[in-house]
Amino acid sequence: MANGLYIDFEFCSGCHSCEIACRNELELGITDFGMKVLEDKPRQNPDGSWHWDYIAYPTELCNLCEDRVAAGGIPACVQHCQAKVLYYGTIEELTAQMLEKGSKGAIFIP
Amino acid sequence: MIDMNKVASDVLAATPKTGPTNATAWKTQDGDETIFRTCAWSPPGCHPVGCGLRVHVKDGVVTKIEGDPEHPITRGSLCPRCLALKEYIYHPDRIIHPMKRAKEFRGQADKWEECSWDEATTLVANAAIEIREKFGPETIIVFGGTGREANNWYPQWANLVFGTPNSVYAQPGWSCYGPRMTNTAFMMGGGYPEIDYASKFPLRYDDPRFTPPELILLWGKEPLRSNPDGLYGHAIIEMMRRFGTKIICVDPRVTWIGTRAEEVLQLRPGTDTALAMAFIYVLAHDDLVDHEFIDAWTYGYDALVQRVSEMPPSRAAEICGLDEEQIWRAARLFGNAKPSSVAWGLATDESTNGAQLGMCLVALMSITGFLDAPGGTTLGMGDDQGNVVRDGGSISADEKVDDATDSTLELALKHGMMSEDTWFNKRIGVDKYPCVGSVMWTCQPDEMLKALETGKPFKLHMAQFVSSNPISCIGGEPQRWWNALRELDFNFACDLFMNPVIQACCDVFLPVSSTIEHDGQVVTHYGLNSSFYGAENKCVQVGDCKSDIEIMRMVGKKIFPEFWNRFDTDEDYNNFHVFRSWLPWDTLRDNVVTMSDEEYFKYKTGRLRPDGNPGFPTMTGRLELYSYAYANFQEDALPYFEDPAYGPVSMPKMMESEYPFVLTTGARRQEFFHSEHKQVPSLRQISPYPEVDINPADATRLGIEEGDWVEIWSPYGKCRQKAKVTPTIKEGVVHAVHAFWFPEQEASEPNLFGAFKSNINNLMPTSVNAKSGFGNTFKSMICNIKKVYDNDDVNFPTDTGIMLEASRQCEFTYQETWRPTDAPVVDPIPQDQILSFEKTPEIDNIVK
Repeated sequence: MANGLYIDFEFCSGCHSCEIACRNELELGITDFGMKVLEDKPRQNPDGSWHWDYIAYPTELCNLCEDRVAAGGIPACVQHCQAKVLYYGTIEELTAQMLEKGSKGAIFIP
Repeated sequence: MIDMNKVASDVLAATPKTGPTNATAWKTQDGDETIFRTCAWSPPGCHPVGCGLRVHVKDGVVTKIEGDPEHPITRGSLCPRCLALKEYIYHPDRIIHPMKRAKEFRGQADKWEECSWDEATTLVANAAIEIREKFGPETIIVFGGTGREANNWYPQWANLVFGTPNSVYAQPGWSCYGPRMTNTAFMMGGGYPEIDYASKFPLRYDDPRFTPPELILLWGKEPLRSNPDGLYGHAIIEMMRRFGTKIICVDPRVTWIGTRAEEVLQLRPGTDTALAMAFIYVLAHDDLVDHEFIDAWTYGYDALVQRVSEMPPSRAAEICGLDEEQIWRAARLFGNAKPSSVAWGLATDESTNGAQLGMCLVALMSITGFLDAPGGTTLGMGDDQGNVVRDGGSISADEKVDDATDSTLELALKHGMMSEDTWFNKRIGVDKYPCVGSVMWTCQPDEMLKALETGKPFKLHMAQFVSSNPISCIGGEPQRWWNALRELDFNFACDLFMNPVIQACCDVFLPVSSTIEHDGQVVTHYGLNSSFYGAENKCVQVGDCKSDIEIMRMVGKKIFPEFWNRFDTDEDYNNFHVFRSWLPWDTLRDNVVTMSDEEYFKYKTGRLRPDGNPGFPTMTGRLELYSYAYANFQEDALPYFEDPAYGPVSMPKMMESEYPFVLTTGARRQEFFHSEHKQVPSLRQISPYPEVDINPADATRLGIEEGDWVEIWSPYGKCRQKAKVTPTIKEGVVHAVHAFWFPEQEASEPNLFGAFKSNINNLMPTSVNAKSGFGNTFKSMICNIKKVYDNDDVNFPTDTGIMLEASRQCEFTYQETWRPTDAPVVDPIPQDQILSFEKTPEIDNIVK
């Protein structure tokens, strides 16, 4: 079973920690991103409630931190995420986790 | 008189002596790499959150910086600023050798020369000795910034190295943390109140003593971005996800966490006190209060209820521009939550009505019964690292024997660096504003600016900048500070990077070590509400940089050798004065993190009062909802609403004509700590330009589109930022980022790294203070905004040209006259209501 990343993007605060942690880990250049934070900008719904989402996704440069994982660790983005909304595991495990929450989740295979 | 020895020994007794037994050692070896576990403070600037780092070092050079998974609060996470720490400490622009420059070349970037530490510190010491002798020690002033580790050092530089009482926190109205500290000290003592996130327990949320908050009221605060004063902001997200903790936000901006809140009360800036009074009105109206707590532990509840009866939600709705129904709904949600917790933000400090807001928020924390209760708002033990003026400043120098609990001030008086006359009579502005002087250890900043300009009550001669950049950041009307400071006889700075104030005004630059280049200690809330004691462990040496303490020791030995010669190492000084009654340094270091493990309900167990009796360390022994301390400083003993000095009610004509917008500023961003970090590539990439938030309706009307350069101006001055068009800002209000300068631009005067191009404080007056001397207009100013078209105009912040047009600062003198000098009506203190520290009979009986 392939491994991937699950993000509970209801609670991604858009802090950019994953981007820099990834760049440090993969020793990427300043313009390169292995994780990238995207924003769906704020808007107010007709009922007065607010919508404003961030979501971090792994780019083609992501290798799911194979060296860290081989050494018994977890991917750098997952470890450093301040909101603790990123998870690493098999797609099966992550799917179960996402379904249990039931909303605003995404699983990525880079 | 408070017996601080007793307080200190209580703190010592409450401090666990060991850390987790199975944790990784602070220093381990992995092949050719050494891995250090350490807790971060500053530099670079940050609050004392003490996030856990693992620093990998090979051949004396940092190879990698990661979060420490064993840190009980951050558990492996880090924010972008520590993740980019390697870029910061090895930045090519960092200054790593001492430098000097002849006074006539101030403002010229190419005139600095490298010099030895001995030469640089001798220049400083000789200047100070000469100025002390010729003009008096009080003519030396020492600037410090906000929140940083250097907050420990700048009063110590002032009192112990130079013997001057005039340390300066330059923000108008001391508008950061000080007012909240004062509110806390006056109303209840006990350090500083903070939301409960199980931050004191080794087991955190799993500790059986802990109950999660059902609801957190975030008032004028965005902790995810600011991690204020030691609160690890993202813990709120953990509690929302794990326990379903609900949020109410009070903010003119809808923040990201606001979009996840049950209610966002988007009020008109500066009207918070009206809303907070209406919250209390609703709690009293619906009887959603804890009468047992109120009867046993508080003073003046009935008077408070009578006062807020003037502010029903209908009236508050009108003042604040809110829907009355929403106020009832939100206040009831808060009142019915068990437990509820209150996080009071910077908005409390940055307003002239802020003390009254603070009074209301302390009431909201407490009358619900959840003060220092599980899941409520915790109180600290209130040890203060020695720098807070205690007991109204009535320190006696009679006792000449050193004591482990001596404050900085006591040491300075005992060892003759400063005379009592100097302390009591030469601290600028505290005669006019004794309320500020009673708790804060500095001068009153607005009065200091006037003294610099007028030479009254005496002429100032020398300034030091300890990690502070008042003309790019905290100073209001920054060009006034610039003009005044460049005229002084001698100026020097302790910092890591060149910045506008050093380039413009200084003669000597002393390079400081970063948080991973020196040994030290970080305690959340500066010790006023300690989650844990963290060790800052030295991992590497960069250039010739030295710790603030070592620099202080070097200069101190040349001015007061008798005192300073006793310290051969930083550890000697730390153990003598900084760590004092806490753990010895080697134990702190070995533990890396030592949880405070403080218990709840300290007012019941006698841990708040120096005499060990239950109750609060106030005049009545109770939490004073009716504040005698404020009354003693000629303020109303109860909260009241006063419209901001600048706004649609105070200045309707000006707002109808030239200044139709209300301006707020000061909201933090994750990637910068105030004026710092602008030169760090990974961080600047996130926010390359200063941005002003404007509502889409306003933007459309003015023809402003996202990304346009706009000019923002007030009666005091102007600046340029980029428009960010967003519905999250209330219509008719703009929010502009603060402290933006351009380290990549021409350093020399007049450009000074573009210091005045985008500085929103160009628009902010000084001296618009509350009666107490606290507070200012940062959260409610008036302004106008327009698109600027000319891309060749050198006034553009992206251009390396200069701001040609003179500022209108100083021409507008409304601040001198805005407040009528009416004497407030203050009820005399009924003597029979005052419980002395020796006897608290009623309360004794109440304690179970």
